[in-house]
Amino acid sequence: MDKVFKALSDPSRRKLLDRLYATSGLTLGQLCEQMGMSRQAVTQHLGVLEGANLVSTVWRGREKHHYLNSVPIHEIYDRWVRKFERRGLKALDQLKRQMEGEAYD
Amino acid sequence: MTEAEFVYVTYIAAAQQRIWDALVKPEFTKQYWGKANVSDWKPGSTWEHRDTDDAGSVMIAGKVVESEPPRRLVLTWAAPRDAADPAAHSRVTFELEPIDSMVRLTVTHDRLTPGSDMNRSISAGWPRVLSSLKSFLETGKALPTWVKTAQAAKTAQ
Repeated sequence: MDKVFKALSDPSRRKLLDRLYATSGLTLGQLCEQMGMSRQAVTQHLGVLEGANLVSTVWRGREKHHYLNSVPIHEIYDRWVRKFERRGLKALDQLKRQMEGEAYD
Repeated sequence: MTEAEFVYVTYIAAAQQRIWDALVKPEFTKQYWGKANVSDWKPGSTWEHRDTDDAGSVMIAGKVVESEPPRRLVLTWAAPRDAADPAAHSRVTFELEPIDSMVRLTVTHDRLTPGSDMNRSISAGWPRVLSSLKSFLETGKALPTWVKTAQAAKTAQ
């Protein structure tokens, strides 16, 4: 999970993920073009994203296609977001019970 | 590329055979997916993704294209109304590959129509199903939100 947070900490890498969300299966060349960045810089960022399992790849002939893999993001959601939502719901539920209790007592 | 395609990868700390069973046995899919995957899983056979209530309505239907337990499973995938029209079927490929003490599970969903409802629901659905599967196999607990969301969506229909 450290790798995922590290990978997401860079704005260019987040932008790359946005590009892959908008269009699945882009090649390195297409991503460089859209990002206006050097091939070397994009390759490096993609390496970090692949290492964090945020980007999955498929080779077709000599071309490597890139896909957004949102499974680790969902794991972060489950670990870091869902439990706070649940706590919030519990607090609301308690508040509701208290208010209703007061109203009907 | 004119067709939409998704490639999802997750690493699961469980035996390859257990992961395979979790994909094809309804008693397991019910627990983390909220639906029953039903078939004899032989190439050419049909398979169905069914509701777990008494009615057992078919939510997704298709054919088994390839089945090589516990490594590779290829299915076609369609809404029940499109079940008889092979041209409307998309395709799902599960690949299980042991890496060190884990298994890399790759789910490729292709031959989708860009912008279709199926396309949208799938891009939201697979990450949830796969993280629920991982949690189910590694901790014995599926993610409750997934099952609840599936039930809520059913009630809303």
